[in-house]
Amino acid sequence: MSADLAYSHDVLIIGGGGAGLRAAIAAAETSDRLSIAVLSKVYPMRSHTVSAEGGSAAVMRDNDSLDTHAKDTIFGSDFLADQDVVEAFVKEAPGQMIQIEHWGCPWSRDPDGRVSVRAFGGMTVNRTLYAADKTGFHMLHALFQTSLKYDRIVRYDEWFATSLLVEDGKVSGMVALNLQDGTVHAITAKAVIICAGGGGRVFPFTTNAAIKTGDGMALAYRAGAPLKDMEFVQYHPTGLPGTGILITEASRGEGGHLKNKDGYRYLQDYALGPPTDKPVNRKMELGPRDILSRCHMQEHQKGRTFEGPYGHYVHLDLRHLGQKLIDKNLPFVRELAKNYVGIDPVYEPIPVRPVVHYMMGGISTDITGKTPLEGLYAAGECACVSINGANRLGSNSLTELLVFGTRAGQAAARYALERPAVKSNPVAGLVSDERRRLDTQFLSADGRERIADIREEMQRAMEAGAGIYRDRAGMEATCKTLRELRERFANIGLKDRDAVFNTEVIAAMELDAMLDVAEAVANSALLREESRGSHTRTDFPKRDDTRFLKHSLAFRTAAAPRIDYLPVTITRWAPEERKY
Amino acid sequence: MSEETITLDVTRYRPGQDTEPRTESFSVPYRKDWVVLDALNHIKDRVDGSLTYRWSCRMGVCGSCGMMVNGVPKLTCSAFLRDYHPGPIRVEPLANFPVIRDLVVALDDFMEKLRRVKPWLIRETEKPISEGEYRQSPAQLEAFKQFSMCINCMLCYAACPVYGLAPAFVGPAAIALAHRYNMDSRDEGYKFREPVLNESVGVWDCTFVGECSVVCPKHVDPAAAIQRSKVSGAKDWAMSMLMPWGGKK
Repeated sequence: MSADLAYSHDVLIIGGGGAGLRAAIAAAETSDRLSIAVLSKVYPMRSHTVSAEGGSAAVMRDNDSLDTHAKDTIFGSDFLADQDVVEAFVKEAPGQMIQIEHWGCPWSRDPDGRVSVRAFGGMTVNRTLYAADKTGFHMLHALFQTSLKYDRIVRYDEWFATSLLVEDGKVSGMVALNLQDGTVHAITAKAVIICAGGGGRVFPFTTNAAIKTGDGMALAYRAGAPLKDMEFVQYHPTGLPGTGILITEASRGEGGHLKNKDGYRYLQDYALGPPTDKPVNRKMELGPRDILSRCHMQEHQKGRTFEGPYGHYVHLDLRHLGQKLIDKNLPFVRELAKNYVGIDPVYEPIPVRPVVHYMMGGISTDITGKTPLEGLYAAGECACVSINGANRLGSNSLTELLVFGTRAGQAAARYALERPAVKSNPVAGLVSDERRRLDTQFLSADGRERIADIREEMQRAMEAGAGIYRDRAGMEATCKTLRELRERFANIGLKDRDAVFNTEVIAAMELDAMLDVAEAVANSALLREESRGSHTRTDFPKRDDTRFLKHSLAFRTAAAPRIDYLPVTITRWAPEERKY
Repeated sequence: MSEETITLDVTRYRPGQDTEPRTESFSVPYRKDWVVLDALNHIKDRVDGSLTYRWSCRMGVCGSCGMMVNGVPKLTCSAFLRDYHPGPIRVEPLANFPVIRDLVVALDDFMEKLRRVKPWLIRETEKPISEGEYRQSPAQLEAFKQFSMCINCMLCYAACPVYGLAPAFVGPAAIALAHRYNMDSRDEGYKFREPVLNESVGVWDCTFVGECSVVCPKHVDPAAAIQRSKVSGAKDWAMSMLMPWGGKK
């Protein structure tokens, strides 16, 4: 067992996507005396940041201002964002954009050599920097390749964190499974940062990669940290039917049109008009995602959408943009549409429909990325630092990875520099307990339940009760189903008994995490009796600032989650009606 | 009701238990909009939970799901069953790599080589953030953009006959990424990468078969990067003969 104690670091980061790598570099630059580790269930360049397409928002031009970016973000959040955090976010965003440019990110450029900016939904000014339509891919690879310069950043590639080590109320590392040989180890650390992404896979139809199973959220949740604002789940209005593959909002920022089955730009019927040939910021197709997704559903109820083998859809028409612009700024959209639906957008409109895309909620943190659990930090989609509130604006999340990845990395590094080394004795006992748990619960699980069945039933229940439109009866049914699935999960059976690269055990642990995340979403949603941002209740159609201008906090219990609340920080923007 | 099916002949290998890889056949529903990865997921969810492979984004950008499909390196999320109809379809781990289990191969060698070519921007002096971005014209961006599209999927290494024979060869993707930084107008690190590229198993070992560029799903054209690195390397060699006191850029 003593070999286990060889794994010890100052700052340990779970997740090697945009936030995790940015946090690692920030920690490394805070002090060269720190040992930093990045642990991920996949190689860093496989992380889901890679799939982000449209761009990253920051105030870069003279026609823009920090206050405008802040106001757009707060307005987009339906006033649930913490305004002090948003102010810090917009202020630090431009420096982060320049920093990653200095690290080689191949931003698209204007003729004068400046980084280009494009229009995005809900933004008053063109402020979204982009690298064609593979912005996340380029940012992730720039961060990953830059991280290779630092010898003091070590990596645990293809390791799965199974639980956090908590000693005297302080997080002191984690237990993790090395996929490649099946061994289980304690990795101690003075500070842990969770940057493990969201959990869109709790829904059946999502833009999210297979790895987006909320593992990081569940790790913190089980250790006692609350999950904040989990009821807010973003549907992106334009995913490909069937696969859910994302067709970027940049295609509308560049001037694409949404049309119903009559070829009519239907958004003008929903107070987003008037329709114009050239895109106008915040109008029509450049409205925010929550509103556009609801408009789609209402068009469907009016019988004005197309019907296909994968349900209803509308058309995203890019034909008028011309091949030259599409190939220059939207080449990936063209490639994806051609490959996955056999449509060349130069000549034909793309079929699209709303699809689960992003979780505004996550592990509750303060403005530095610190969670209520001492020694634990979080950043990125798995965290909720509260810049997105009830609806995130497109292109704020890539920026969020950089700003709050950096903040969490710096805060964790400073904390680690002050904290004495973690005592190793209790750790040895904890790791053998954890090893036993993994053996009985997963490796030798021989019950009758199939994990794919439970996963699919969970996903169906989430879509039925916690989708775009919600009501009490539907959500109660979903909460009840999730409780039953949790009980059935205790009776799973796995076929794979091998130690080496056991992906069936990983799938079971991912489902375990997803069940926690799903319950937090559904139960938080049930208790929020209002409509705000992405959370739309047919039984409570209005926003209710008197009762619900507050964050929800879900705490894990042996039964359903306990829901508590936290005030929203308002600085300079008093809540007003959200109209575009 | 009889549904049309297609057969996948999948390589299985369990370390410590199997002395050598074996082939197992699975019959899966034939659906025109399914890719090979969908068929593997069907097997894992419904038939055999122990089938082992990597995947994530299923949209051709994370680079996880490369395998040999009928002997050709492919991203299985972009390889449609309809293109192999009526089958059977042979699915094997990527060639030229050690196999960890079933369809999962070890990437350690590439990860080490990637670090060795210094794939990050190197400057003699760093510009402070307060002075803003480095200006770069669209034409300067175009000079390296193609080589920045590599998703590290390893298909090029699986196709490379040189890597198959001489595993020390730096290889197509790592050379393309080195070239990507060498061609970036913001970079000044050529002299640090050039020794790696020109070492005995660097660019000179490439026999320019060009298979790497044929299989690349992102049109990176590593063969062109290798060829251009050779030209630069040759120029440096000539310059060092003419101006031994230093004439490298």
